Amino acid sequence: MRVELDFLSILDQWPLLLSGIAWTLGLTAVSAVFGVLIGITFAWVRAWGPTWFKWLPATYVEFIRNTPFIVQLFFVFFGLPMMGVKLSPEAASILAMVLNLGAYATEIIRAGIQATPRGQIEAGSSLALNRMQIYLHIILPPALRKVWPALVSQIIIVMLGSAVCGQISTPELSFVANLIQSRNFRAFETYIFATIVYLLLAIGLRALLNWLGARYFFGARRG
Amino acid sequence: MVEFSLWDIVRNLVIAAQWTVLLSTIAFIGGGVVGGLLLVFRMSGSILANRLVAGYVQLFQGTPLLMQLFLTYFGLALLGVELSSWVSASLALTLYTSAFLVEIWRGCVNAIPKGQWEAAQSLALNFSEQVRYIIFPQALRIAIPPTVGFLVQVVKGTALASLIGFVELTKAGTMITNATFKPFLVYGCVAVIYFILCYPISLYAKSLEGKINATRA
Amino acid sequence: MQLAHDTSAKMHIVQIGQLKKAFGSNQVLKGIDLNVQAGEVIAIIGKSGSGKSTLLRCINGLEAFDSGTLIVDQLPLLHDDAAAMRALRQRVGMIFQSFNLFPHLTVGRNIMLAPTLVKKESAQQAADRARKLLARVGLSDKFDAHPDQLSGGQQQRVAIARALAMEPSVLLCDEITSALDPELVGEVLRVVESLAQEGMTLMMVTHEMSFARRVSNRVVFMHEGRVHEIGPPAELFGNPQTAELKQFLSSIHD
Repeated sequence: MRVELDFLSILDQWPLLLSGIAWTLGLTAVSAVFGVLIGITFAWVRAWGPTWFKWLPATYVEFIRNTPFIVQLFFVFFGLPMMGVKLSPEAASILAMVLNLGAYATEIIRAGIQATPRGQIEAGSSLALNRMQIYLHIILPPALRKVWPALVSQIIIVMLGSAVCGQISTPELSFVANLIQSRNFRAFETYIFATIVYLLLAIGLRALLNWLGARYFFGARRG
Repeated sequence: MVEFSLWDIVRNLVIAAQWTVLLSTIAFIGGGVVGGLLLVFRMSGSILANRLVAGYVQLFQGTPLLMQLFLTYFGLALLGVELSSWVSASLALTLYTSAFLVEIWRGCVNAIPKGQWEAAQSLALNFSEQVRYIIFPQALRIAIPPTVGFLVQVVKGTALASLIGFVELTKAGTMITNATFKPFLVYGCVAVIYFILCYPISLYAKSLEGKINATRA
Repeated sequence: MQLAHDTSAKMHIVQIGQLKKAFGSNQVLKGIDLNVQAGEVIAIIGKSGSGKSTLLRCINGLEAFDSGTLIVDQLPLLHDDAAAMRALRQRVGMIFQSFNLFPHLTVGRNIMLAPTLVKKESAQQAADRARKLLARVGLSDKFDAHPDQLSGGQQQRVAIARALAMEPSVLLCDEITSALDPELVGEVLRVVESLAQEGMTLMMVTHEMSFARRVSNRVVFMHEGRVHEIGPPAELFGNPQTAELKQFLSSIHD
């Protein structure tokens, strides 16, 4: 049986593909920023926050980590409107991705900050810094530096997971791929192409984030 | 319109959850076997084996599980290979699991101090004796917690099988939502059932890890 | 302790000729010549980085040398021949600085493992031998203990027993007391000294100068990858010829 593979009809659609890639990266970027912010906040709460409040991030983290992302997404997009919160596909995707990354980031960052040597914290208080300052300036930077690879890996995972958002018509890469293959009837080539693009995005994003980490967190000083 | 009680909904979801459990088990065991073979292959020492397995891992870890499922189901169909959603999902998830497990296990073997290898070599043990009597028993202990932990990822991964038509918990949720128009309730229940499946496994993995660290101290 | 020094070649149990080894661009061994007779005790001293451990590790094949000759017990070292290496390691034993006991096995099983697997001894034979060796190193009651229940000195003595179980002709000791608390060093050195008195061929990389002086037949001072000075301990320690050895000896005398 002769198999005819036609990749050219996919490349014809390059504007569409580009927009899909842009959406994937955009979704990832926004969720990375807000997810890490949630992580920084909730990590602190879990490590040193008031005991009566710790249950909140703990429950949030365990729930997100023990349920599939697609279910979280469907719940946000299909379920929340019943509570009066109607979101566009894009907004729902971002919210779901932020909540998802936030939970993992909380645990990753918590591991980092809990490994801070006590002497560092004592030095900070001796210098009359308040708790927030100690956290942001003394504890967090070395912790982030240490857990950066794990955080980067998780961001990549979320980026790959965003493929699912196409199911609620968010115009990211997998949605675009579906669109293209429904027109050119070339599911195999289209999905292979999209898969390769995802792989390249994953490799590129990891390199970019590692570089960013080295530049901004590890500073110009020899660390 | 037919009224569906909460009990109706939950009952149907739990029935569908059986398929989630079954698919997870198949993928986990299958992935474990394939992962184990890949690990032995990689450890055989040849550079080619090393690169091939590394490439395999990079492929499955660097691409969406969704795409892997689509390629297996829709993509292969275009090449003339028609697989049922059952077989596609099992195949894709098995390969996916094998890639992650071989990487986890490789890390565990690498965690064994070099001195153990050297002591075994110095006692004239050959490679397979070194692995079987010295390295493997130690690596096994270290490997159990993250392996058990990965089972949670497998269970969550089965949810994507719903998108290639496999009727498991998530697909049942979609179908019931379409019938009842109660997405908040239905997807809420779906999430809770996944939680009930996964959380005990997560707790167990964590307790195993605690035990390993305690005895190593 | 005096041994009759027969300088005929066939008595040499280890023959090293122009041995060279580089790690990347770092030439660690620059041409080592050394012949060791059966029953000799050789102490190898020198600064860190002089290549002492690398030399030792070449002798039992943990490191592959780049050029030169290395003959142990009349057989040349063939690094690529697994069977030859296996035979070599049954005749050459090694004790490591970090003991490297197998944590998942009891002390007894640590000692029994290699004889049962490699020499195909029965479990009973191996166990009897293990008990004898444990008694030899002063740890008869530790047969069923786990390594993590023992002190550093005890673990190292178990490591010695483990190596002896294979009945080697040569024992390589790579800084075997360097990782021990000072008060535990003595018990290990006593065992090594008794091995020397029984006629075991020993090659020890060590920082224990007074021990080396007392126990060894010859001392090798290595400097920058070469044998810089070699001779009986009284001469080497008492009358160092080169500036480097003089400097080394003064730096370690407190």
